[in-house]
Amino acid sequence: MELPNLAPALPELLIVASAIILLLIGVFKKENAGGGITALGIIALALTALLVVSGPSERTETFGGMFVVDGFAVFTKLLVLLASAVTLAMSRHWLRAEGLDHPEYPVLVLFATLGMMLMISANNFMSLYLGLELQSLALYVLAASQRDSGRATEAGLKYFVLGSLASGMLLYGASLVYGFSGTTGFDALAKALANEAPVGVTVGMVFILAGLAFKISAAPFHMWAPDVYEGAPTPVTAFFAVAPKIAAFALLLRVLTGPFGSMVEQWSQVIVFISVASMVVGGFAAIVQTNIKRLMAYSSIGHVGYALIGLAAGGPDGVRAVLIYLAIYLAMNAGAFAVILSMRQKERSLENIDDLAGLSKTHPMMALSLAIFMWSMAGIPPFAGFWSKWMVFSAAIDKGMIALSIIGVLTSVVSAFYYLRIIKVMYFDEPGEGLDRSISAPVGLVMGLATLAVLLFNLVPAGLFSSASAAAASLFGG
Amino acid sequence: MIEGLVFYLFAAITVASGVMVVSSRNPVYSVLWLILAFFNAAGLFLLLGAEFLAMVLVIVYVGAVAVLFLFVVMLLDINYLRLREGFMQYLPVGALIGLILVVELLMVYGGWKFADDAPLSVASRTPDPTAISNTDALGRLLYTDYAFLFQAAGLVLLVAMVGTIMLTHRTRTGVRKQVIAKQNARTKESSVEIVKVTSGGGI
Repeated sequence: MELPNLAPALPELLIVASAIILLLIGVFKKENAGGGITALGIIALALTALLVVSGPSERTETFGGMFVVDGFAVFTKLLVLLASAVTLAMSRHWLRAEGLDHPEYPVLVLFATLGMMLMISANNFMSLYLGLELQSLALYVLAASQRDSGRATEAGLKYFVLGSLASGMLLYGASLVYGFSGTTGFDALAKALANEAPVGVTVGMVFILAGLAFKISAAPFHMWAPDVYEGAPTPVTAFFAVAPKIAAFALLLRVLTGPFGSMVEQWSQVIVFISVASMVVGGFAAIVQTNIKRLMAYSSIGHVGYALIGLAAGGPDGVRAVLIYLAIYLAMNAGAFAVILSMRQKERSLENIDDLAGLSKTHPMMALSLAIFMWSMAGIPPFAGFWSKWMVFSAAIDKGMIALSIIGVLTSVVSAFYYLRIIKVMYFDEPGEGLDRSISAPVGLVMGLATLAVLLFNLVPAGLFSSASAAAASLFGG
Repeated sequence: MIEGLVFYLFAAITVASGVMVVSSRNPVYSVLWLILAFFNAAGLFLLLGAEFLAMVLVIVYVGAVAVLFLFVVMLLDINYLRLREGFMQYLPVGALIGLILVVELLMVYGGWKFADDAPLSVASRTPDPTAISNTDALGRLLYTDYAFLFQAAGLVLLVAMVGTIMLTHRTRTGVRKQVIAKQNARTKESSVEIVKVTSGGGI
């Protein structure tokens, strides 16, 4: 036997090695070594990103076809790595203030990132499942990591139980598909399903879709998201809101365009339903929220709905719209959570929307940034969020999905209400006690960069557009 | 003939003990029934010619997992009567959902088909049982064909271990640990003091 070609998996190998080394350092030092482990983790993520970029650009398979690297994988892996690095950088100040600065935190973030990269590169239902479990298990632990807090423990447990149920559904669906075709490899499946897909396979595919919809917290599988987002420590919530969603979206795109590519008629109606349900839930349920983390949870459910419009439209254009949506979503959410992480008063973290009252007078820059993120999330031009919504809607209209686009625009108007309410609270309400002045440097940096990205997106979109196009094309064998 | 008889014997006992696992009132009995089910399942594996799986089932499941279950059941003070409260209340809904699922499964079963290549792709993973022993065959699958999955599963277990320790480990203060170096470094001068006691004076 010859060794499998390890070159395509070099980024993953680097991240495994660095996670294990950091774990050992943590065990011997018994602490975060003054943030040293977090810093090394960020460096490891940056080096991994370099390896991802310098890796093979055309489609390469290895490990007996179970692991694939293509332009799509490179693009989404870079997004995931960026999201993880940003969360790691933002979280340390908050965690130290709450006494949670354990060395395991960065290590678990690295393992979760590894799981996401395996998901993105999965070319077989078995490697898909293992990547998904690696990611989920690390996330369950992170959600419960504030173990003295009842809410965090509840969040972790709830996430674990519901997540296991979703994994079970996914596995059951995969077993039905395997039962039909006798293979779990995506390429072989695409061949087997090209001509005929009996009802058993359709049922299996719907089970798989349900499992994946849970992972991106799309309605009607969203019930866990608000509780988990609220209960988990804020940096962990910031992590949940972005990186796992990008990875699960990548998985969804790969599975639906790859092995189930010939079953568009069957899955597109499911996707349309999930998309409409998510937009409606995200639009209406968020109105009554008073806790900003819950609000962000509903907001993310809504955004998932919009991104799914692109998937429902299908084709390279639809996929490109989804990828651009995810990239912009990353910038908006990272920035918004940078502000939420800075909501501290006398060494306590605050989570209510009312605590932002009068922020424009006490912290004008922070208020301006949050206002820009909220405008952008609401989809008001000229901010980046407008362009991402415009991309998915135009992809849908090109495919004649007028009704879906109209629902999207209407729920977008509804959701603008609660985004703009935050701006109203910041600018027109009387300030209360006011938040602490000090903002840690990495958080400020993330806030500033995200603001610039959202603000100046329409000046330099060409790079993102062309790379997203190339990534989308690679998924369709271009 | 004999093989068929043995199969039905093992299969019947497996199913019956499975029913007893979920229906017996005392959880310790449930675990014991579970062990019986494992043994019979191992017998079924033997009949299929999968001797390695049969032995692993006995060693791992009976030897480790079932004993662990027994420990957990005995150590945790769970009131099983309270757990069953509301069982009757949820029964109708649960039964209805179960019924719907069964009907759906029957429909799937009724329309079931295999892909044309399915037997071929299954067979490509299954070596000839007369050519190599099944320990060898499993080893090749696990460590050669599926080495990537094997390593990924290992990482999942590592994360599980890190997570468990992170969520439960507490550094206690005030624990007296034995430090052998310190014990060896003690000298007579540092630990014993000789005091002259005058009679009737005390120390």
